[in-house]
Amino acid sequence: MTAATTKNVASNKTNLSGGWPVAFWFLLPSLIGFTLFFFLPTLRGFYLSFTDWNLLANDGEFTGLENYRTLAEDDKFYDSMLTTLWYVVLNIGSQTILAIMIAVMMDRLTNSTTIRSILLLPWLMPNVVVALLWLWMLDGNFGVVNAFIEWLPLGWLFGDGPFRFFQDAGKVIPAIAAINTWKFTGYTALLIFAGLQTIPKTVYEAAAMDGATELQMFRRITLPLMRPVLALVLVLTIVGSFQVFDIVQVATGGFGGQPGGPVNASRVIYLYIFQNAINFNDLGYAAAISVVLVIILLGVTAVQMRLLRAGESDLA
Amino acid sequence: MSTTSAGMAGAGASGSIGARMGRGAAWGILIAIVALSIFPFYWALRTGLTRNTELFGGGQQLLPENGTSLNFKRVLGLASDAEIREATGRDNSASFNYLLALRNSVIIATIVTAGQVFFSAMAAYAFARLEFKGRDKLFFLYLTGLMIPPIFTLIPNLILIKNFGWLNSFPGMVAPYFLMTPFAVFFLRQFFLGINRSLEEAAIIDGANHFTIFRKVILPIATPQMVTLAVLTYVTSWNEFLWPLVVAPTDESVQPLTVALGAFTQQQPGTSPDWSGLMTGTVLAALPMLLLFMAFGRRLVDSIQFSGIK
Repeated sequence: MTAATTKNVASNKTNLSGGWPVAFWFLLPSLIGFTLFFFLPTLRGFYLSFTDWNLLANDGEFTGLENYRTLAEDDKFYDSMLTTLWYVVLNIGSQTILAIMIAVMMDRLTNSTTIRSILLLPWLMPNVVVALLWLWMLDGNFGVVNAFIEWLPLGWLFGDGPFRFFQDAGKVIPAIAAINTWKFTGYTALLIFAGLQTIPKTVYEAAAMDGATELQMFRRITLPLMRPVLALVLVLTIVGSFQVFDIVQVATGGFGGQPGGPVNASRVIYLYIFQNAINFNDLGYAAAISVVLVIILLGVTAVQMRLLRAGESDLA
Repeated sequence: MSTTSAGMAGAGASGSIGARMGRGAAWGILIAIVALSIFPFYWALRTGLTRNTELFGGGQQLLPENGTSLNFKRVLGLASDAEIREATGRDNSASFNYLLALRNSVIIATIVTAGQVFFSAMAAYAFARLEFKGRDKLFFLYLTGLMIPPIFTLIPNLILIKNFGWLNSFPGMVAPYFLMTPFAVFFLRQFFLGINRSLEEAAIIDGANHFTIFRKVILPIATPQMVTLAVLTYVTSWNEFLWPLVVAPTDESVQPLTVALGAFTQQQPGTSPDWSGLMTGTVLAALPMLLLFMAFGRRLVDSIQFSGIK
């Protein structure tokens, strides 16, 4: 019976493998989609960066390295890169530390799916909704956060409120970083939690038997064994963090403010590209900035993979 | 199982009062963080149920003092002009057409999800089950699409959509995501690779061709994973802001909720903005995702944990 089946399958080899005549029909829709909206646009993006393409005229001429020369001397570009970096440091720093804390606590305390689901809720929400929720809570006149800070006896630490987070050039980026930390911490914690679950509980039991404290177990067991998942999480979140846009656009653009304000204190790189392309119709220059951003992101990813030696776990 | 062993490990370690207090404190922090995840939604709801005039009094009570449904009525287009004037203190205030934007969001997310999941499944089947020349190279090429930040293809795609004459239209909104995304193909291929081949081999012996196998064997088996992908795609499409913003910056008739709500915000004046109207809109815009979350929350948690282990 088994022999007959094997023989039968073998005789159908050509049918099984399919080949291009069959594969073509399965791949056709995705090939059209990939070619039109991913592959050719990527090539075209590179090409556009060497032109002075104008969105309104929908036309442009080849200008060689002109855009890149402009870029090299563009103070606004450097300024927005620094703004973005400052944002990434604040956002990833707070988000990762909090997420590790939550993941470890969940791993040691509870397996409740309800808690995990609720922590994921902010991640599901549109950025516009998230921005508005916090715009109101952080409002300088009637925001509940300011009321809370005032109620706390911490004036000596924070200074006197109320704080106008979105009108204060020094506070707008920390505020946006905090908002995105609220949005993404649960998601990040879940990824790390999944990684922690692969560490055998027996390791902790043995350590506890030897009288290790929770803190010692965290430093000696959890942290080293968590490295591969942490590498993955950091690559995902840092690359995502560089691309912050929606919340800046909505949170700084309302109530008579200009997106990226006050006085360009929150003009992150995505917003600068957006402004060049859509507000100034200068697609060529916007494309050149995008090319530089892609190179930076690829570089960041490569460096991270090396530093964190992703893929190698001490568990093996 | 693992809960039990963790509990036992905890019991072993918590001999001292200090360790037990540590566990108590950890629970306290965890519960506080859970509360912080929900609080902003509650606060928006509370604000939506309060009149603007009361908000400007600066009260921060947990419950609205004189609850009102007026804000919900006007965002849903059910309030009279007089009521709107009473609520906003202005004659012609910024407007937000919730039902229209909701309809647009549903249309866009549904079309994107249906197309993307089905066509990506077809491609995933080819990559997981068929043998053809250049298969792995083509798959790798698809994967490089994951590395390109959306802003990079945004500009050329905008030119393309403009050339098609699809600005301010639904085809323009859905086109880039309708036929595939690299992530969807990758996600489904991983699951298809794990499906036991014996059923397919039996089907082939019975003379089935690949199109029959795809429809009758693979799709039914992979339904749970396709549903997970569909939920993720729906959420992503629903939350998309930048692409609809550039495709239809001003045309309300096709703008999804995200862009319409953003425009509503931008129209607000710097002094005495319509906070209760804004928060009502925010709650109503969050509502569909809340419902989706209640229906599929567990599935989403599992899919994210899966990607954490991979």
